[in-house]
Amino acid sequence: MTKEERLKKRHRAEKRFRFYGLISIFVALLFVVILVQNIFSKGSSAFKKTIITTEVFFDQELLEIQNGASQEEIMEADFYDIMIENLIKAYPAKNRDEEDELLKLFSGDAEIEIKKAFLNDNNLIGKTITLDLTASDDIDQLHKGNYPRDLPEERRRISDFQLVIYDYFVENKKISKNFNNYFFNNGDSRDPELAGIGGALVGSFYSILICLLLAFPVAVLASIYLEEFAPKNKITDFIEININNLAAVPSIVYGLLALQILLATIQLPRSTPLVAGITLALMTLPRIIIPCRASLKAVPPSIREGALAVGASKFQSVFHHVVPLALPGTLSGTIIGLAQALGETAPLILIGMVAFVVDIPSSPIDPSSSLPVQVYLWSESAERGFVEKTSATIMMLLSFLIVMNFIAVYLRQKFEKRWN
Amino acid sequence: MNIVLIFLITIFSVSLFFYGKSKTKTISIKDNIKLNALPKFYGYYLVLWCSIPALVFLLVWSLFEPVIIKSIIIETAANQGAIFSDKNEANLIYEKIKAIHLGTYFGDLDSILRESALAYAKFINLFTNSKVVLIFGIIIASVIYSLKKIKNNNKARDDVEVILKGLLFVSSLIAILTTLGIIFSLLFESIKFFSVINIFDYLFGTNWSPQRAFVRDASSITAAEFEELKDAFGFIPLIAGTSFIAFIAMLVAVPIGLFSGIYMAEYASIKVRRISKPIIEILAGIPTVVYGFFAALTVGPFFRQVGENLGLTVSSESALAAGLIMGIMIIPYVSSLSDDVINSVPQSLRDGSYAVGATKSETIKQVVIPAALPGIIGSVLLAVSRAIGETMIVVMAAGLAANLTINPLESTTTITTQIVMILVGDQEFDSPKTQSAFALGLTLFIATLILNYIAQRAVKKYREKYD
Repeated sequence: MTKEERLKKRHRAEKRFRFYGLISIFVALLFVVILVQNIFSKGSSAFKKTIITTEVFFDQELLEIQNGASQEEIMEADFYDIMIENLIKAYPAKNRDEEDELLKLFSGDAEIEIKKAFLNDNNLIGKTITLDLTASDDIDQLHKGNYPRDLPEERRRISDFQLVIYDYFVENKKISKNFNNYFFNNGDSRDPELAGIGGALVGSFYSILICLLLAFPVAVLASIYLEEFAPKNKITDFIEININNLAAVPSIVYGLLALQILLATIQLPRSTPLVAGITLALMTLPRIIIPCRASLKAVPPSIREGALAVGASKFQSVFHHVVPLALPGTLSGTIIGLAQALGETAPLILIGMVAFVVDIPSSPIDPSSSLPVQVYLWSESAERGFVEKTSATIMMLLSFLIVMNFIAVYLRQKFEKRWN
Repeated sequence: MNIVLIFLITIFSVSLFFYGKSKTKTISIKDNIKLNALPKFYGYYLVLWCSIPALVFLLVWSLFEPVIIKSIIIETAANQGAIFSDKNEANLIYEKIKAIHLGTYFGDLDSILRESALAYAKFINLFTNSKVVLIFGIIIASVIYSLKKIKNNNKARDDVEVILKGLLFVSSLIAILTTLGIIFSLLFESIKFFSVINIFDYLFGTNWSPQRAFVRDASSITAAEFEELKDAFGFIPLIAGTSFIAFIAMLVAVPIGLFSGIYMAEYASIKVRRISKPIIEILAGIPTVVYGFFAALTVGPFFRQVGENLGLTVSSESALAAGLIMGIMIIPYVSSLSDDVINSVPQSLRDGSYAVGATKSETIKQVVIPAALPGIIGSVLLAVSRAIGETMIVVMAAGLAANLTINPLESTTTITTQIVMILVGDQEFDSPKTQSAFALGLTLFIATLILNYIAQRAVKKYREKYD
C-alpha cells in the first residue's frame, strides 16, 4: 500500500467516524420528534368532544314540577323520563331494540345535561329548546375518525343500525365537535367521554405545593449551612455523602419509605396529596440542595469579605449579601426539581394514588389522583377513548414541564450575575 | 385545633417581638447601657424562644397522638370483648369507632362499639386538653426564661445567631434522617421476611411467584405451607430480567450516547451544540410514565406486528420494547456526562497527538478516549443504576410473570415491576408477600448504592487526575 493510499484510507476512517457521531445525534433527535409527534397526533383530538344537537321538550306531566321551581326541587326531580322521551325522537326508530341502540349513542350524563339546562332557566316547562348533548365514547371516536367502520359488524362496538343513525345525524348536521369542557372539569370516570383530568390537576397542584413548601426552605437552609457555616469535619462529610447518595436512590424506594413511615407508622391518610407532597419533598430535597450549593459556591469570596470588612457578622454577610446574589440559581434549581417531582409516578402508585377517584379533591387530605398517575391508570384501560385522553393528559403534563423549565432558564439568564 | 394553636403561637410571637424591641429601647435610654445588638434582635430572640419549642412539641405530639390513641382504643375494645384475629380486622374496628365518633357511621351498632366510641371521645378530649395545657406551659416557661435572659444582655444578636445556626444544622440533618428512614423502613420489613424465608432461598431460588404466598399471618405457618413458600420467592429470575432489560437499554444508550457526546465535544460547532444539546436533554426531562405509555401502546404492538410479518412470535410485552425505550431515556445521561468528561481532557494531549500527524478521529480513539475512560465508565455505571431503578417503563411495557429467558422477544419481569405489582391496591400487612416487596426494595437500594459509589469514585479520581 502506498503512502497516498494509506492517507486516503485514514481520511475515509476520519469521515466515517465523524458520520457516526452525526448519525447518533440525529437518531437521538429523531426519537424526540417521533415521541412528541406520536403523542400529539393521538392526543390533540381529546380537546374536542362530539356533541349531538337534540331538541328537548320539557313535558310537565313527565317532570312533575312547575315553572319557577326552586333549585332543590329541580335537583330532586327525575329527568330520566324526559331524557328518554326526547332522545328517541332524535331518529325515527321503529321498535324497542332500535330505540335502545339509539339511546346508547348518547353519553351516560345526558340526563344530567338536560337537568343542568333546566337549572339555568327554570321556566322551560312546556317549551322546546335545542341542546348540545355529549355523544357516547363509541360515536365520539367514530366521528373523530379514530374508529374503523369497515370492520365486520361482530368485531365492531357500533352496530350497523347505529351507523345508519350516525349517517343520518351527519346528513342532517346534527352532530358536530365542540370544546371538551369535561376533559378539564371532570374527575375520573369509567366512561371515556365523561372522564377528565380536573381531579388529577388539583391533586398534582396540591402535591407540588406541599412539596415546594417543605423542600424549598429546608433545601435552602441546608445548603447555606453546608456551604457557609459547616466546619470541615466528619459529620459534614457524612451529610454530603448522604445527600449525593439520596439524589441517586431510585424513586420507588421513596415510595416504600412513605408506605412504611408515613402510612403504616404515622398513619397519615392514604391516597392523599398530603402524603404525596411529603414523599416528593423527601425525594426532591437532595436534587434541590445540589444546585443550591452550586449557586452559593459561585458567589465570589470578595462579597463575603467586603461585608465582613465593614463590620457585618458572618450571618449578616451571608443573609444580606450572599443569599440574595445566589437566589436566581437557587430558584431555578428548585423549579427544575419541582418539574421532576411533577412527573414522578412510581412512589405515588405505592402510596395508593391509583385509587379510582371521581370527586375533585377540595383539600390536600382528600383522596386524589395526579397527572402522571392518571396517565398510568388510563393507559391500562381497554376503551379506545382513553388512548386519546391519556395522550392529551401527557400533552398537558409536558406543557407544564416546558413552562417550568423555561421559567428556570429565564431566571438564570436574566438575573444571575456572571463573576468574571 | 392545631391551626388555632399555631395562630395563637404566631400572635404571641409577634407581640413578644414588639415587646422585646420596645423594652430594650427603654433600658438603653434609662440606664445608659450601650447595647451591642440592634433592638430588633431582642425581639427576634423572644420570638424564637416563644415559637420553636412550642412548634416542635406540637409537631411531635401530632405525629404520635393518632398512633397512641389507636393502640389504646384497640386495647379497650379488646377488653370489652371485641374479637379480631389480625391487624386488618383491628384496623377495621378502629375505623368504625372513629366513624361513630364523627357521626358518619351507618352500620349496626352493638354495645362494644358504642362503649368504645365513648372511650374514644373521652381519650380525644383528654389528649386535646392536655395538649393545649402543655403547649401553654411550654410557651410560658420559655418566655419567662427568655425574658430573664435578655435582661442585662447586650449580645442578643449573637444569641439569635447561635439559635439560627442550630436551625440551619438541623435542616441539613434531614438528609441523614431520610437515609436512616429508608434504611430502617426497608430493613424492618426485610428482617421479618427473612425470618420466614431463608435468605439463601431468596438469593438463589429460581422461581418467583409471590401470589402463592396466601398465608396471612407469618407466625402461624405449617410445615407444608412453609415448603410451598420456600421456593415462591426466588430472586434469580428477577435479577436476570432486570439485568437483561438494562443490558438491552445499554446496547441502545451507550453507542448513541457516547458517539453524540464525542461529536458534541470534538466536532460540533458552537451553534449546533447550542441547539442539539438541550433537545437531547429533553429526553431526560420527559416523565418516565410517558415513555411507558409510548412503549406499551406504540412500540410493543409495532414489534409484534413486525414479528408477525416475519413469522416470529413476539410478545406484546417483550423485553426488547421495554429495553429499547429505556435506552432512549438514558441516552442523555450518557451523552451529557461523557461530553463533560471529554471536554475536561487537557488540550495539550490532543495537540501532542496532532503534532505527530494523527487525524482527529485517531486522536479521539487513541488519546482522548483512553484518557477519559474512567470518567466514561463512571457515566455508563450511573446510567446502569438509572436503568435498574427505573420503574414506570417496565411496569407498563414489560411483563408481570417471572421468566428465566434470554430471548428478547419474550416477556420478562423486573425487580421494580414486582414491587409495584405486590404493593398496588390493598395490601395485607404481615404477609410474606408484602414483606417481599421491601426485601426487593432493600436489594435494589443496595445495588444502586454500590453502582453509584463505584461510579462517583471513578469520575472523581478522573477529575483529580486532570485538575
